[in-house]
Amino acid sequence: MYKVVIGLEVHCEVLTNTKNFSSAKNTYTNIPNINVMPVDLGLPGILPVVNEEACRKALKTAMALNCETPDEIIFDRKNYYYPDLPKGYQITQVTKPFGRNGHVTFLVNGKEKTVDIHQLHLEEDTASLEHYSNYSLIDYNRSGIPLMEIVTEPCIYSADEAVAFLETLRNIFLYLGVSEAKSDKGQMRCDVNISLMKDTDKVLGTKVEMKNINAFNSVKEAINYEIKRQSEILDKGEKVIQETRRIDEDGKTYSMREKVDAVDYKYFVEPNLAPVKITKEYKDTVRKEIPELEYSRIKRYLELNINLEDALTLAKDKDISNYFDEVIKNTKDINLAVNYLTIVILGSLNKLNININDLFITPTMLANVINLVKENEVSNQLAKNIIYEAMEKNIDPLEIIKSKNIKQISDEGELRNIVKKIIDESPEQVKEYLNGKEMVANFLVGKVMSATNKQANPAASLKLIKEELERMR
Amino acid sequence: MEYKKSTIENLREALDNNEVTGEELFNEAKKLAEESQKDINAFVTILDKYKSRPKKKGILTDIPYSLKDNFSTTGILTTASSNILKNYVPVYDATVYKKLKDAGAVLVGKTVLDELAMGGTGTTGHTGVVLNPWDKTRLIGGSSAGSCASVAAGIVPFSIGSDTGDSVRKPASYGGVVGFKPTYGRISRYGLFAFASSLDHVALLTRSVKDAAIVTNVLKGEDPLDMTSLKDDGLDYTLNLDKSIKGKKFFYIKEACTFDKKSDILESTLNEFNKLLDKIRSLGATVDEVSIDKDLLNAIYPSYMVISCAEATSNNSNLTGIPFGNRIDGSTYEEIMFNTRTEGFSELIKRRFVIGSYVLQKENQDKLFLNACRVRRMIVDKMHELFKTYDALIMPASGGIAPKLGEASDVLSDEYLILENHMAIGNFGGFPSITLPYGFVNSMPIGVNITSNILKDSELLNIAKQIEDLLGYIGQVAGDKNV
Repeated sequence: MYKVVIGLEVHCEVLTNTKNFSSAKNTYTNIPNINVMPVDLGLPGILPVVNEEACRKALKTAMALNCETPDEIIFDRKNYYYPDLPKGYQITQVTKPFGRNGHVTFLVNGKEKTVDIHQLHLEEDTASLEHYSNYSLIDYNRSGIPLMEIVTEPCIYSADEAVAFLETLRNIFLYLGVSEAKSDKGQMRCDVNISLMKDTDKVLGTKVEMKNINAFNSVKEAINYEIKRQSEILDKGEKVIQETRRIDEDGKTYSMREKVDAVDYKYFVEPNLAPVKITKEYKDTVRKEIPELEYSRIKRYLELNINLEDALTLAKDKDISNYFDEVIKNTKDINLAVNYLTIVILGSLNKLNININDLFITPTMLANVINLVKENEVSNQLAKNIIYEAMEKNIDPLEIIKSKNIKQISDEGELRNIVKKIIDESPEQVKEYLNGKEMVANFLVGKVMSATNKQANPAASLKLIKEELERMR
Repeated sequence: MEYKKSTIENLREALDNNEVTGEELFNEAKKLAEESQKDINAFVTILDKYKSRPKKKGILTDIPYSLKDNFSTTGILTTASSNILKNYVPVYDATVYKKLKDAGAVLVGKTVLDELAMGGTGTTGHTGVVLNPWDKTRLIGGSSAGSCASVAAGIVPFSIGSDTGDSVRKPASYGGVVGFKPTYGRISRYGLFAFASSLDHVALLTRSVKDAAIVTNVLKGEDPLDMTSLKDDGLDYTLNLDKSIKGKKFFYIKEACTFDKKSDILESTLNEFNKLLDKIRSLGATVDEVSIDKDLLNAIYPSYMVISCAEATSNNSNLTGIPFGNRIDGSTYEEIMFNTRTEGFSELIKRRFVIGSYVLQKENQDKLFLNACRVRRMIVDKMHELFKTYDALIMPASGGIAPKLGEASDVLSDEYLILENHMAIGNFGGFPSITLPYGFVNSMPIGVNITSNILKDSELLNIAKQIEDLLGYIGQVAGDKNV
């Protein structure tokens, strides 16, 4: 067995109207080369203009990842030649990235894990290339789209941890609204650095880099394949080669190139963008925009004695979690709230295929119904039906309850009269009960329920039926 | 009205009095441009047709001008005088060009520069050497060679150039015209092919200080496409020109003007300079000799080379033949880039790129590039300190007259090092700086350079105008002998 050490470099497209340094649109399209301005083509004479929104979102993400943030915005040039890089340099951040020395905590299979963030910086994406047998095409739509790159420390020790981290990260992006983070559109991609070492080793093993993996599942496959491949090499007493590999559709990794000496990108400060101070006030405003994040909510839910599975479900989506938090502000019955939200509400969202924010039932409406159930005013079953009806008709459930004059009958005197009447009408069942078939009592509860339009309190009814029948012995 | 000697002011009057039409002026300029080509070779492209569609009629409407061939002009060939761009037709307008179009100014032609604006001789453009209209055996200097020659020859009353080290102000001296570089950011660089972004300035050549003020008025202002551009100062630069400069304080740098041995030309130039200083003093201004650490002054030129080459190698990395440019084929993308750049650039350019690449390399960057940036900062700090006491630095723009073609003008003796390169100080600090003619040596014009603190463009033009009035070289064109 070897110790696996993994570091991730995650690229994520930032959600903005326009590109990072030009006014071309930042949208996904299948039509090549339509979201392109001279800046994105690197034409002679062009100058970059910084997208403030992209900076704000990168700063916000850095804060959410508990990073140290800089006192000013500075960009640097990374110089290299490649056909997808029209200017011959990429504008990125080296001198003062938006974030340094951060960390993020999350659960892996129910256990807490913290990943240290080395840095977060804002840069621009390259054009995309399509290769054919004897020519290649360049699509500049992607050229200049704002990208955040998040680099972790080598502190991830399994494929599960890596995937859980990526899911957490994506969730943070979504919570912050800084990216759509769809890996099928390449909006979130990741490079995996992996090495194996013996438990007794003091230094990290030889690093293998796997580039540009989109799907999280592929990350998992690639890591597990590499662990197996590298273990076999080490088992034979051979050495792992430092190289860059790619993952293929078969889930195996293949060598792309052996790593030669590190490329010198000749970084220097971008002279066309004067440094911009980030004031404390600005930072405070941005910080205030950060909502409570998933992991904090999970912990809060667990403290409310909600089980792990439900806590995860509730915290997964910011809007659902916010909705739930509003519900429990207005009702004390957490169990009912969880039950109604995870079963009735989430079930309906799936069926109706809508977002929770578009739901007619507000958290207050739901809480009101839950309170009636808790106070035995309305039966559980009836309450659920009323909510479905309310959703269908866009009517406040309280209105439905009022208009139908629904009120759970829990008053003993009133209920006893109904029970007596039902017993009188059911001589056969009474005989069976008295002969020892006690299950019949439940049948009689059903009859009480239909006689009262489901308004009778079922538990109270059962109790009274048993009392009345016993008295007949 | 004699077109060749007319300033913008003169032409405006003639146009407004219906003595001449814009089309006639264009045709005259075009004829002069074509005739001059075989002698001075100032143009890469001469336009065929008069075109003026002002958004609003103004002072530059119907005034002919020329534009350095490193400004992006939609639909008009723009080569930067390099083979790598010899077929390049831009798809967007530089802000400067757009402003001039909107003002109704009439473009006559695109002018030759030293390849990619790197060089000070005007001899390295891909269409050949530009010669000095005053003496066709001499250079006009560069890199804004064609721009300067076209103004000095009377083809156009003004031209737009670019100034990274002294690329407008040095040729202005050799051509006997006015060369003005406003404060960094005063005029948008959007669409100016970048040489060294932190040093590049849009600059202009005219035949009077007032014309420089007129053109700057039109060009200045904040540009959302250039984040280094400055908010407009709201001033009309023509209104401050006639104020007396009595009480103004000038200084010149002792170490740049002190020599153990002097050539005849240098001696005459310095004599003329001293005569000028006396005349300025007679206006009630003071001129002091100020001493600056010679080691620091000697570091100006090497620091300039290091910084400008570093930025240039990065700025010109877009020239690969992949998205645009004169692509030379190859079987891989590396080969295409390699072949395109090998054939596209002259040896001098490659030399600069090698220097630029070398100084940016990890192991050299601190010692070479960052140290050059530190020298730059020290010089700029020194200037800021001096500008607390003084209104302007006044210096000979050059230690002599335009060199003869074939004179090894790029090889500089130690004596000349400071005097020939001090104008880069204006680029280091983004200071407004102007060169204007102040006399003749051996029947060739010489220029004086005045530099003020940043944002003091209006004050600088006032000083320049007062000195110009003192000397009288207004509307000077080649052939005017004033020995």
